[in-house]
Amino acid sequence: MKKETVKIVIVGHVDHGKSTLIGRLLLDTNSLPKEKITEINKISKELGKDTQLAYLADQLKEEREQNITIDTTQIFFQTRKRHYVIIDAPGHLQFIKNMITGASLAEAAVLIVDAQEGIQEQTRRHAYIIRMLGVDKVIVVFNKMDLVGYQRDKFTTLEAELLEFLGDLEIKPVHTIPISAKEATNVSKKSQKINWHAGPTLIEGLDSLKLSSKIAKESLRFPIQDIYELDGEKIIVGRVASGEIRQGQKVSVLPNLQYTTIRAIKVFEKQKTCAREGESIGLTLDDPLELKRGNIIVQQKSPPSPIEKFKGNIFWMSKEPLHIHKPILLRCATQEVECIVEQIEKRLNSSTLQILETNAQALRMNEAGIVILKTHQPIVVDKFSSVEELGRFVIERGYNTEGAGVITELIQ
Amino acid sequence: MNYLDELESKSIYIIREAYNRFKKIALLWSIGKDSTSLLWVTRKAFFGKIPFPIIHIDTSFKFKEIYEFRTRYAKEWNLNLLISKNEAALGEGMCPQRGKFECCNTLKTEALKNTIQEYDLKALLLAIRRDEHGIRAKERYFSPRTADFKWNYQNQPPELWDLYRSKIVSEQHFRIHPMLHWTELDIWKYIQREKIPIVNLYFAKRGKRYRSIGCHTCCLPVDSRANTVKKIIKELETTTVSERSGRAQDKENAYTMQKLRSLGYM
Repeated sequence: MKKETVKIVIVGHVDHGKSTLIGRLLLDTNSLPKEKITEINKISKELGKDTQLAYLADQLKEEREQNITIDTTQIFFQTRKRHYVIIDAPGHLQFIKNMITGASLAEAAVLIVDAQEGIQEQTRRHAYIIRMLGVDKVIVVFNKMDLVGYQRDKFTTLEAELLEFLGDLEIKPVHTIPISAKEATNVSKKSQKINWHAGPTLIEGLDSLKLSSKIAKESLRFPIQDIYELDGEKIIVGRVASGEIRQGQKVSVLPNLQYTTIRAIKVFEKQKTCAREGESIGLTLDDPLELKRGNIIVQQKSPPSPIEKFKGNIFWMSKEPLHIHKPILLRCATQEVECIVEQIEKRLNSSTLQILETNAQALRMNEAGIVILKTHQPIVVDKFSSVEELGRFVIERGYNTEGAGVITELIQ
Repeated sequence: MNYLDELESKSIYIIREAYNRFKKIALLWSIGKDSTSLLWVTRKAFFGKIPFPIIHIDTSFKFKEIYEFRTRYAKEWNLNLLISKNEAALGEGMCPQRGKFECCNTLKTEALKNTIQEYDLKALLLAIRRDEHGIRAKERYFSPRTADFKWNYQNQPPELWDLYRSKIVSEQHFRIHPMLHWTELDIWKYIQREKIPIVNLYFAKRGKRYRSIGCHTCCLPVDSRANTVKKIIKELETTTVSERSGRAQDKENAYTMQKLRSLGYM
């Protein structure tokens, strides 16, 4: 089935033109109410500037006055082919947690690079982060081509340099496109100025992205979210994270390995015989088991083994470093367990990907790490590459989410 | 699953997550199309029996159609309805003529503050959407508010995937936004599919209809001939008029919404 709406995050270094590009996309696809255009003209004038397309995304007063994006935002537009949700992510290192928030919701990314400034620190860091978050459909745009006289050489050199870096991350861009968001070149319309470029415009590029519709995976994973008592009946609620669940199916509940059969699949005023990945449902079971939030219902044939140790890639967002052997809280789907970092195998600069240290004691803000985590109780996890929802996690300390990661290896 | 199913399933997940984390929770129902859709999804999440109160913030300036709808469906859907009114300010004569910013802040935000205190609420479900207003596009699904109701929009917590933040300092509360990812068009398509009853102010009469409803003193209808849900959907697919164009509080100044929201407005 064709997807009706696609979520795209726009990432890249500060001032390379993310918000302006979004403004251009809105304008060129006629997605703006008339009064919005009037408002932007008026506010730009009040601040003594030319019409600032970026203000369409940068709505906060502070953002407009300082000409920066502080927080992530989402904007809607449509082409003839489909609807898009465009997520604008801030380019400043200081606001990286907002960038990650935006990027974690995306299905594809546009990586924007200023053709005059070239590849910069956040260009590389953002590429690393989208890779870690599993966004593998990437379009690269070289913006501000007007400032380099639309020179082909400039584009070719930059392209080669960037592709090499992205290659190290195993990112293969679907397209690389020279554009000027300000001059409306190659965003929705081709231009004579850039007749040496045979590829698509950005809009054509976006419309050509093939997003794999969710394939029903073999492995059933149903993390229990809550248990309700309604009219004397226990209803187990949650969302199917992977696979499908059927009425009458024999299942196991982990981590304590209990067996039962699905009696009914319930949604309000209806019963279903089958529910697939992504569906929020209620279940009743044949047996009165002792269950709680965080238990995972799986298929009986070759179920996963609960484990206490795994390897993952993590990104650290807190000013307080992550130290080995100190208690932290791990959240994965609806599971929450105390754990420690047993080992920081590698501490990486998340922009250059340079290894700063092996067997490190701590991970600092905005650093990435390859770590081994050890939980206090067994939990059910998967490799991110096989079941996304059980292969990604956040780390909390106190009241805050301080780190995020994906699981690369299960250690039995 | 089709697209509307995906939107609904995500919203149900968020609502159930919120209730799991905060038992002292309530849903804010303005009786407009968005919060009525939220209420509909919430009924589905709890199989028809919502285990927490539904709050209507009543400025006393709402359209009579809103009051009629409230009475009818509070009963039909068996809601535990709480009506939140800033009686003290109304007694002193607060009204839009005293200034729209002051009026919204006093009769809505202050009324809500009192209700939160009275019931010791830790979380509120609200039906705001990202496509409604640029400031709302910056919101999180789980958005903390300080004890004095402030929204620290310059330093919001990270929110990854659907692992929403769950802990707050005791004097804070969470605004939870299960409909954040829906657009105006999605809402109408859902109303059509689910046959959700909706206040008739949205349907055109004599060439005018309301696209967004609130107080009769501060809402203006837009030109429209759309007198059915189907026609509204058709109209929205081509319009270049913004949804909140009839809402006075958006217009006074470009940053009125930002200021209102930073003080705790919805």
